[in-house]
Amino acid sequence: MSDIIKKDTSNDGIDRRGFLTCMAWAGAGMVWAMKGGILTARAFSEQVAAGNDADFTFVQVSDSHIGFNKGVYSDVVGTFQTAVSRINALPKPPSLILHTGDLTHLSKPAEFDTVAQVMKSIKTQRSFYVPGEHDYFVDNGREFLDRFGKGTQGTGWQSFDFNGVHFVGLVNVANITNGQTALGVLSDDQLNWLQKDLADLKTSTPIVVFAHVPLWTVYEKWGWGTQDSARALTLLKRFGSVSVLNGHIHQILQKVEGNVTFHTARSTAFPQPEPGKAESPGPMKNVAAEKLRSYLGLTRIDYIEHTGSLATTDSTLASDIPAT
Amino acid sequence: MASAPAPQPAAVNVKIDNFTFQPKELEIAVGTTVTWKNADDVPHTATSKGKPQLFDSGALDTDDKFSFTFSKPGKYTYYCKVHPHMTGVVIVK
Repeated sequence: MSDIIKKDTSNDGIDRRGFLTCMAWAGAGMVWAMKGGILTARAFSEQVAAGNDADFTFVQVSDSHIGFNKGVYSDVVGTFQTAVSRINALPKPPSLILHTGDLTHLSKPAEFDTVAQVMKSIKTQRSFYVPGEHDYFVDNGREFLDRFGKGTQGTGWQSFDFNGVHFVGLVNVANITNGQTALGVLSDDQLNWLQKDLADLKTSTPIVVFAHVPLWTVYEKWGWGTQDSARALTLLKRFGSVSVLNGHIHQILQKVEGNVTFHTARSTAFPQPEPGKAESPGPMKNVAAEKLRSYLGLTRIDYIEHTGSLATTDSTLASDIPAT
Repeated sequence: MASAPAPQPAAVNVKIDNFTFQPKELEIAVGTTVTWKNADDVPHTATSKGKPQLFDSGALDTDDKFSFTFSKPGKYTYYCKVHPHMTGVVIVK
């Protein structure tokens, strides 16, 4: 995949045809930079320069599903470790790691043990977690909260500030009830807390929200959405830069709505089909073993302080994360 | 009252496949044992709706089974805790 601009018909530095090709390719390193709410697509070479100015970098990993073992997906611990080695190969270690859930496959203590072990091997100062439904449905999140719930409230939500950026971890996999179409649900307690949490922040504060299930409706038929996210999104609307990082769907999808950018991450364990491209959303079938790593990956986000922008770089386990 | 229904087996199976309960609607006689078996790659549950909770299979991984004997007549809706749009109903007569 070349990142040379071939056709720059609008003279704005964006090769739309090349860009669309990039978007389709699983191995693409597409870099999004958001400046004052306007999304700019950049080729890798430009990002290298911008990366040097970044105030700090953090990484999102997701859906490690430790405990899963079927067919070609026979070494989810190994692929999780590969993701970690990619992170550790970065010349500048990330300041923090966000795990957006489904750490384990069946909430077993041994599975959580392994997750903790692998996460400990990342060269970073701090890690934050939100649970996926696989971490919650067996024992109401008890094991997850015991191990990763420090500093959280209620069903496991939390917020913290880092270098001027306000991070909010939301839990949308608790309180699941019969028949609901969208899997995700935030519930009023959490939304009330969120309202208070955001109340005193300046609109210029960059916000990063991380939660397992997408906060927008990706595909209703497979439950890929959050029932009551509308109120959360209304609360976030006034801010100049909001990035919503989700997992759950095991593929990259992005959406921009005003100043809010939604981004989902690949899994480190197994891919899932695109909406509607298969009968059901389970692990993708017919993935060749040698192609597996190109379907798995992680996301690096660079915060560039003087422009107030968050630049996202996705990479697969088939290649290194582009260096800054 | 109409003539008695044909004698039914005391044990009935529900297959969990492709994120559905098959059959989705099941009619059985009081005292029948229903066994759910998961044929999917991902875990599911069979959890009864409402309180107090009548049954909950817990996490059923591929090929795991769960059985429950329905001793009272009624209409019992259940769902999967991980994929709540998956629902089924057992009608006990």
